[in-house]
Amino acid sequence: MTSMNAPLLASSALYPPPALSFDGVTFSHEEKVLLGPCSFTLDGTGPTLIMGPNGAGKSLLLRLAHGLLSPTQGQVSWSSEGSPRQAMVFQQPVLLRRSAVANLIHALSVNNVPRRARAKLAFDALERFGLAACSDTPARVLSGGQQQRLALARAWVLSPQVLFLDEPTSALDPAAIKAVEAAVREFHKRGTRIVMTTHDLHQARRLAGDVLFLSGGKVREHTPAETFFNTPVSREAQAFVAGELVD
Amino acid sequence: MKKTLNLILAGVTAMGLALSAQAEDYITLASTTSTENSGLFDSILPKFKEATGIDVRVVAVGTGQAFELARRGDADSLLVHDTAGEQRFVENGYATERADVMYNDFVVIGPANDPANIRDAKSAAEAFAAIAEAEAPFTSRGDDSGTNRAELRLWENAGVEPEGEWYRELGSGMGPTLNTAAAMDAYVMSDRATWVAFGNRQNLTLLFEGDEVLFNQYGSLLLSEQKHPHLKHDLARQWHNWLISEDGQQAIADFKVDGQQLFFPNAK
Amino acid sequence: MENNAFYVALSLLLNFDAALYQIVALSLQVSLLAVLIAAVLGFPLGAAVALWRFPGRGGVIVVLNALMGLPPVVAGLMVYLLLSRAGPLGELGFLFTPGAMVIAQVVLVLPILAALSRQKVEEMLGEYREQFVSLGMSRARMMPTLLWDARFALLTVLLAGFGRASAEVGAVMMVGGNIDGVTRVMTTAIVLETGKGNLPLALGLGIVLLTLVMLINAGAYLVGELTRRRTG
Repeated sequence: MTSMNAPLLASSALYPPPALSFDGVTFSHEEKVLLGPCSFTLDGTGPTLIMGPNGAGKSLLLRLAHGLLSPTQGQVSWSSEGSPRQAMVFQQPVLLRRSAVANLIHALSVNNVPRRARAKLAFDALERFGLAACSDTPARVLSGGQQQRLALARAWVLSPQVLFLDEPTSALDPAAIKAVEAAVREFHKRGTRIVMTTHDLHQARRLAGDVLFLSGGKVREHTPAETFFNTPVSREAQAFVAGELVD
Repeated sequence: MKKTLNLILAGVTAMGLALSAQAEDYITLASTTSTENSGLFDSILPKFKEATGIDVRVVAVGTGQAFELARRGDADSLLVHDTAGEQRFVENGYATERADVMYNDFVVIGPANDPANIRDAKSAAEAFAAIAEAEAPFTSRGDDSGTNRAELRLWENAGVEPEGEWYRELGSGMGPTLNTAAAMDAYVMSDRATWVAFGNRQNLTLLFEGDEVLFNQYGSLLLSEQKHPHLKHDLARQWHNWLISEDGQQAIADFKVDGQQLFFPNAK
Repeated sequence: MENNAFYVALSLLLNFDAALYQIVALSLQVSLLAVLIAAVLGFPLGAAVALWRFPGRGGVIVVLNALMGLPPVVAGLMVYLLLSRAGPLGELGFLFTPGAMVIAQVVLVLPILAALSRQKVEEMLGEYREQFVSLGMSRARMMPTLLWDARFALLTVLLAGFGRASAEVGAVMMVGGNIDGVTRVMTTAIVLETGKGNLPLALGLGIVLLTLVMLINAGAYLVGELTRRRTG
């Protein structure tokens, strides 16, 4: 899925990053439509925050965009030729049963980065995400916050053009949340397209460039963040922003 | 990581070498469990090795399986005790020569209280008939071995069809059959060598011996060069000739357990 | 008699005589080499069945699981017919050598390693799949990653295979021939001594075998625990 022909860590100055389009995308499971039909294009600078109540289909949409799932109907497409380099950070980070640095080296090796270059790239990324001191610690004994930062560092070494994050802070304490948000901003600064789900309104206000609001498996609105928070159009979004319980 | 891998590789290579390393001067001898269990080979093989420098590797199986091994070309030489079968083997072209080497004898073993009263029997036929009459438990090898075939001939001589609750066919070697007989206080026919060397007698004792029909002739066979040109015929012939030579015959006579001679050389 | 056997076992161990040493060494060499070869073949095989979907996959899994219960004597018979002079590989002259015993034990152990590693790898794949797809890994690339990450589970699988190899007697008896000083191993020596009615010696050898297997298991357990603690 990630095409790694371009040299890694070539500065991601290919700005703006490739745009993502959903064209009539539907996802069904056992005859039941869980998402869609959805049509939208993410071509702004972002970050794009996908919001909506539980069960609205946020994670599903992210997986369809990343290619982990295939749409039942419709098309997911990119403005670039072929799929862009992309990475995903999950709610529960999936880390290999090895040391922190070995997790990064594994990701680099999978993407055919020359053996000589791997260690330095890995250590640089650990340093950047404040994990230099635990490079040899088994990844699975790190704290929740450290594990999520390691997952971000793993994404970082792959220098993705698009980064998906699925509720990356929902299980973390405030300090860890702050670190993850700082990391997201770093990616954004580097020119990476950010597509992230959250159910935390405050977090969305802090990070969002634009908001894609979902409810009941449908896109209710896609607007700049300011518009969304100040003058939401759809009834569902109004209720959500006002902090009411929406289903 | 690399180091461990190298170490493992080195280990595997060394083990492979150790496992494939084998002396060139050896023959594989198919023989019977009774000879192996008696300890005869432990006694005579070193003498043969001293005389010729040849190792003999003994694969001890039932007589039926020993013939099969030789028929398929998996053994260089054959030493068994089933004269009729041996002669057929020569007739069928699998062996070129057969020679008498030695004999031992079969003995009838049973519980010390001897419920069928075979102690006083005049002949083996009488003893076997008495066991059948009393329907006293009898354990048979039931494995088509030389001993098993001899036992069946003895029932025939006694005019008895061995069947019924009292007659147990085990499908086992001599040792396991003796173990079973000891556990169930049964009669059993054994070659003397295995019996004398047997360590788990419990209540069993020797009850009948000495009838000529109980003699158990061993023969050595030279296998066909035509059927199996790959076998070590030269070495096998040296073994065959040594067995029936004066030295070999003396070595067999010298083998004793508890001061008792078990095999009696009778090469012609 | 039990007391006797323990006494015999103890004196066997303490007076470590050359014959016993040779038997023990050969038992270990044959079984360890067989397990190693079976692992090199069986782990990738198990991982491949876990990773790929192909027609007849269910059948392959059923066959592997069933072969875990293959009677050793049947495996021995198959290998005997293969290696016998009249058989297809007779030219090699492998019959009645330790090499033949290794082959027979590989046949016995391979299904265990393949079937159990298939199960372990499939479990782990369920946990890792999304991350792997996200990283753009091919199935072939997933295999070494999964095998390495399942290393602790696979160590246990390896021990199960070793247990089967070192405990069986039917296969090595048939293709090794229990030749004194050449192919006699612990289990065939036990059969021989039982046949001679030397029950205390047979049981003593059994205790020695059990002690060895326990030592190896304890060693593997310790190594596993220590590294697990280090790598999480």
